[in-house]
Amino acid sequence: MSKYLANRLLQTIPTVFLITVVVFLMLHLSPGDPVLVFIGDKQSTPEQREKVRQDMGLDRPLHVQYLSYMGNALRGDLGRSLQTNVPVMAQIVNRLPWTIELSFAALFIASVIGISVGIIAALYHNTIIDTLAMAFALVGISMPVYWSSLLLILFFAVRLRVLPAIGQGGIERLILPATALALVSAGSLARMVRSSMLEVLNQDFVLTARSKGITERIIVIRHVLRNALIPVVTILGLILGYTLSGAVITETIFARLGIGQKYVEAVVQKDFTVVQGMTLFIAMMYVLVNIAVDVIYAIVDPRIRYD
Amino acid sequence: MTNINAPPAELDDVQTSRWLRFGRRVLRSRNVMAGAIILIIVTLLVALAPHISPYSPTEQFRRNRLQPADAEFILGTDNLGRDIWTRILYGGQVSLQVGIISVAIGATLGALLGLLAGYLGGHADTIIMRFIDVMMAFPGILLSLVIVAVLGRNLHNVMVAVGLSSVPVYTRVVRGSTLSVKQLDFIVAAQALGGSSWRIMTRHILPNVAAPLTVVATNGVASAIITGAALSFLGLGQQPPDPEWGLMLNEGREFIRVAAWVTTFPGMAIMITVLAINLLGDGLRDILDPRLKL
Repeated sequence: MSKYLANRLLQTIPTVFLITVVVFLMLHLSPGDPVLVFIGDKQSTPEQREKVRQDMGLDRPLHVQYLSYMGNALRGDLGRSLQTNVPVMAQIVNRLPWTIELSFAALFIASVIGISVGIIAALYHNTIIDTLAMAFALVGISMPVYWSSLLLILFFAVRLRVLPAIGQGGIERLILPATALALVSAGSLARMVRSSMLEVLNQDFVLTARSKGITERIIVIRHVLRNALIPVVTILGLILGYTLSGAVITETIFARLGIGQKYVEAVVQKDFTVVQGMTLFIAMMYVLVNIAVDVIYAIVDPRIRYD
Repeated sequence: MTNINAPPAELDDVQTSRWLRFGRRVLRSRNVMAGAIILIIVTLLVALAPHISPYSPTEQFRRNRLQPADAEFILGTDNLGRDIWTRILYGGQVSLQVGIISVAIGATLGALLGLLAGYLGGHADTIIMRFIDVMMAFPGILLSLVIVAVLGRNLHNVMVAVGLSSVPVYTRVVRGSTLSVKQLDFIVAAQALGGSSWRIMTRHILPNVAAPLTVVATNGVASAIITGAALSFLGLGQQPPDPEWGLMLNEGREFIRVAAWVTTFPGMAIMITVLAINLLGDGLRDILDPRLKL
């Protein structure tokens, strides 16, 4: 196991390196003079531009700029916001808990709904229940997050007035955004669990178990579920990535001051250092999530050998 | 010696009957038919917008602000007194365009990279897949946001961004299928006959990976429409006063308590369109490639 983990980490190194290069190059890939990104829409003389170029170190060779950017980043310094002059890292640290709370709540809701709908659909394969469950999944997949968010607000906050529409803190402000974020993932999870269950239900060992006279309920709980849910672990990382990035939209709609809301704001305001720093941070976090998912997968499925 | 032309003729027969079989299964598939019919209606309505919409999409009827649906404005008006039905028709032109163009960009580039990686293998494969790994480190809508942030915000860049960010999906699917097709005898035969790599990739491998590519691209249009509208929703795509479904949702958000119809109808337009495309894609998958699991 530790050898597998070491290998997995080693494989990640080139990817992580390339991610840092791409994020660093964002500034130079955008059309026009990078200096103008820092000056913004204000008027500037050539002398002023030259001064910014030197202050920001843009006159140095690219690899020197990269090394100094990464050196700072490794020490937790991602620069300061061009708009507010607040350190980017401080903004991330302040806002991260809200985004993590939202993402994991969404992951939880998606898992509960998706897995149970998938199981029910498979157990009632080719009946009206199956058809309804899959219709639900299809609608879930076809609902954009911004649309399901607005519908939930309309129904639960405006019509029924049982839950607050905006803000953060407390479970009552978490339910609507997390549910909105969870619906799409619940749909795809339900489909995956269903097909995975059907595959296992048709295998020989299930037939053997049935021929021994074991009740269907015990077969499903003891034999089928355990085998059918293993592949589901592989898409948990994908779902968490989706809920993390989907927070960009839900946080904006529900006015939650998380990373996603700040990210959109920064893109709109062309606050380049914030966009760059947060992009790097989110990508790194996602790489870690994927490593964690692979490790969990290796633990829960002992049949898989990694060399 | 008389039937020297027979083999090509037989090949033609095989191909015709394959198309016939495909056609019959399409007609029998409820998913494909339902999806296709809804999609045709939506496309017609949107394409004929200038002829069937009663007003101009930016025309403001100042005395009829936030008016619920009636005979004059069949889906009501928004906060500036603009006809929502007209704006949905015109806005659909943009949303459908974004969906199709970005998939064209993503699928072409992705399929090319997938073919190269799968067929050439070795260093080409390693380099391409490393590059894809990097793209996949930016989950969901994040990659499109990054690209729009780099290129600048406008509708044109939204299409490029949504297209580029979908490249990994197509590359992975095409690479996977290429790897399995590559092993087959007819490819080995083509290589033995001295066919160039490019010719083998485009003439022999591409047609054989077309089925999974079609399925993924169909569902890709649905997600491209969702992402494109999301970017406009966030203020990074279509700019006011021109209509677009995502932008309309965002503009109506403020009035959701007093005039829910301003958001409800554009939202339904997106959902119906996406649902129809997904139905079509699911049906095509069952016909073309039952093993493909998405």
